[in-house]
Amino acid sequence: MRRYSLEKFARLLENIIYSPSRNRKIELLVEYYKQTNDPDRGFAVALITNSLKLSSIRSTNLKQIIKSKVDPILFDLSYDYVGDMAETISLLWPFKKKKKLCTLSYFINFFHENSKLQVEKFLISQLDKASTTERWAIIKLFTGGLRIGVSEKNAKVSLSKFGNVNLDQIEKIWHGFSPPYVKLFSWLEKGGPIPKIDILKTFHPMMLADQIDLKNDFRKLSPDDFEAEWKWDGIRVQLIISDTETVIFSRNGDNITNSFPELRFKTNRNVVLDGELLVGGDLNPTSFNDLQQRLNRKKVSKGILQKFPAFIKLYDILFQDFKDLRSMKFSSRREILENWYNSNKQDNLDLSSIIFFENWKDLTKVRNKFLQSSNIYEGIMLKKKNSIYYNGRPKGMWYKWKRDPKSVDAVLMYAQRGHGKRSSYYSDYTFGVLDGKNLVPIGKAYSGYTNEELDKLDKFVRKNTIQKFGPVREVEKTLVFEIAFDSISKSKRHKSGLALRFPRISKIRWDKSPEEIEDLKRIKDFYKLS
Amino acid sequence: MHLLDYRLNIVPINVFIDPQYPVEKAIITHAHADHAKPGHKKVLGTKETLEIMKLRYGKTCAGEFQYINYGQKIQIDDVSITLYPAGHIIGSSQVLLEYKNHKIVVTGDYKTKKDTTATSFELVKCNTLVTEATFGLPIFKHPDPNKEVRKILDSIKINNDKDHLIGVYALGKAQRLIKLFRENGFDETIFIHGALNKICNYYEDKGINLGKLKMLTKDSFDIEPKIILAPPSALKDRWSRRFKKKIISQASGWMNIKQRVKQSLIEIPLVISDHADWNELTKTISNCGAENIWVTHGREEGLVHWCTRKGLNAKPLSIKGRDEEI
Repeated sequence: MRRYSLEKFARLLENIIYSPSRNRKIELLVEYYKQTNDPDRGFAVALITNSLKLSSIRSTNLKQIIKSKVDPILFDLSYDYVGDMAETISLLWPFKKKKKLCTLSYFINFFHENSKLQVEKFLISQLDKASTTERWAIIKLFTGGLRIGVSEKNAKVSLSKFGNVNLDQIEKIWHGFSPPYVKLFSWLEKGGPIPKIDILKTFHPMMLADQIDLKNDFRKLSPDDFEAEWKWDGIRVQLIISDTETVIFSRNGDNITNSFPELRFKTNRNVVLDGELLVGGDLNPTSFNDLQQRLNRKKVSKGILQKFPAFIKLYDILFQDFKDLRSMKFSSRREILENWYNSNKQDNLDLSSIIFFENWKDLTKVRNKFLQSSNIYEGIMLKKKNSIYYNGRPKGMWYKWKRDPKSVDAVLMYAQRGHGKRSSYYSDYTFGVLDGKNLVPIGKAYSGYTNEELDKLDKFVRKNTIQKFGPVREVEKTLVFEIAFDSISKSKRHKSGLALRFPRISKIRWDKSPEEIEDLKRIKDFYKLS
Repeated sequence: MHLLDYRLNIVPINVFIDPQYPVEKAIITHAHADHAKPGHKKVLGTKETLEIMKLRYGKTCAGEFQYINYGQKIQIDDVSITLYPAGHIIGSSQVLLEYKNHKIVVTGDYKTKKDTTATSFELVKCNTLVTEATFGLPIFKHPDPNKEVRKILDSIKINNDKDHLIGVYALGKAQRLIKLFRENGFDETIFIHGALNKICNYYEDKGINLGKLKMLTKDSFDIEPKIILAPPSALKDRWSRRFKKKIISQASGWMNIKQRVKQSLIEIPLVISDHADWNELTKTISNCGAENIWVTHGREEGLVHWCTRKGLNAKPLSIKGRDEEI
């Protein structure tokens, strides 16, 4: 057993939650990898990114245990005060003598190899030897959900810093490994060739598009360099079709194959494809709202399958028979895609078509015509003919030219402090519209303003505060925002009954008075959501 | 007739302890703003408490000032009053009331742990104890403060390009923390926010040596990285923006709750308090010999429950406007 491994992990977690800055969190992780051996450091990455969950012990079990050890009324009062079960238990657990804990990997293996009862016993024996912070970390691990503010992306950045390799290289192979990532760490530490992964079982990070800047980009870009495609209003997916199976990943790499039992394909060659998942009969897409009926369902009923049949429109191809096509240019990939599609035609699979156009004016006409008459398009995609398939969002390669945003005038109701660089600024805004005579919040925005505007907004919030709730301030309802958003739908989660998609501040209307803001009923009527 | 009512009025002589509104006669346990209010006709307290009141509110903040020493008995009609050290901050006191063979002690804010900037707490035997309960839950067990300040001293070695901004209350906590830094071997200049200056000077005048201090002025922001003490409110305000590379810390008994630390964006929490923690509270209750315990100023419920389980006669004494730690 290595010395003090669990202790080190607990300290790491504590330091991370106390670090508001993303860079600092990454530094802490890199430091930890340097000082920790396999497989502990790999397990740590898995736990932090939620790729490994140990949530078999319910916090109610732990509650019973602690209540047999301390006065139950004092426990309840303490829990009321602290508000977090793991933390309350860690603070109240009767302190014995601090002794050495087992390693992180011993802990995880013990968890996987033993019955619940044995795990519980073991857990208690460790809690008796632990310090307060260690107890907190152990309980957090076992009750699931560390929530310490490290995203998977940040974990990858920390690994790239640790190994002094490109983030891009890590992104490309990341999904091919599973905890405790021993091969990955060994490569990062010792160098050598990039480790191989199983292409047909692995999610490959997807290429994303930049928002087009209407004022500047069109002047600079030559229409001859670009292909145009529809941007369908569905969900972007990666589709892997091999001799043995079909796998569908969402754009975040979640495996969503089981939600779509009708999407099982055959192929004459193994392929990894990029496309849009849509619903509708005969390959005719219906609205995004219909698609939502199919998302996040574990079981799919026959009725739903019939009413909202799914299909995929193909955009691109990444691999064919283990050949990596991502370094080829778009136009060549498109040719390979079309060839494959033509020799593998089948139900529920379509090729997204290319839009022919001569010049930007031409394309604008097409866009206006189709986007006005139908809501199945989210906009138009412009793809540089010679663009290779990058991970993430490279500059100047792909552009999305979305439908014009909708907008609403709303009034600022609450403001909250931001994070990191913005931590001394009130930068997150909740805004509302009229519901009869009252105001009702309809969304939250924290983008769309310049730094100078943020300064002014921050001053406004401080001067016009009427109440404080922790980091949130309620302000005088006088400042009007023009809020832009991509779409609007009904929602049971919000008091207003509406949810905005991608709300952002498009203008700060210092000139407008709050009497001029929108009314909830009118919004519902206008978007036919009543 | 009661000797003391829920407002801490000594009924037979109509003298209030730490009254929230102007009264004829008041005993002030210590100079923190939620205990020492201006506007009373006559105030009675230790020299330090009343001097700091004058320093903060002006020489005319009360009609008449009567200093008394620790242990010096004052007789008003049938009631005798004696102040004992509370160990909370400079000049802080507990109040012993004696009336017809009954002894009541009002602890005020107190701690029993070592603090070289305040006279040490003295246990006073009594029949009734009116105890504070700021940290009246068993989750509060304050660690060794020397260990806590070493977190900063370790951090300035590693993060030697950053300012360390520490949030502290201007009276008591600031000076105790400075003293703790000195006792742990840090003898370089410590920088202080303007709001701390007056009180630090006062402590120096009283012979408490705080070492090299410098008040931050407009032109001293850009000099070498440093330890800076400031009121907690300043850390969250625009004032702190001028420090480009900084680590935020705060010294308070609440800092043992991780969620709270995270929410306040504190990077180095220092669990240092001038209030009694759970162990100190329960020990004092057990040792003072009182059979009646009135609990006030904080999380009363837990402490009342504990007392009741011990067979003591306990009840909460509700006083508005006092919750957070000072």
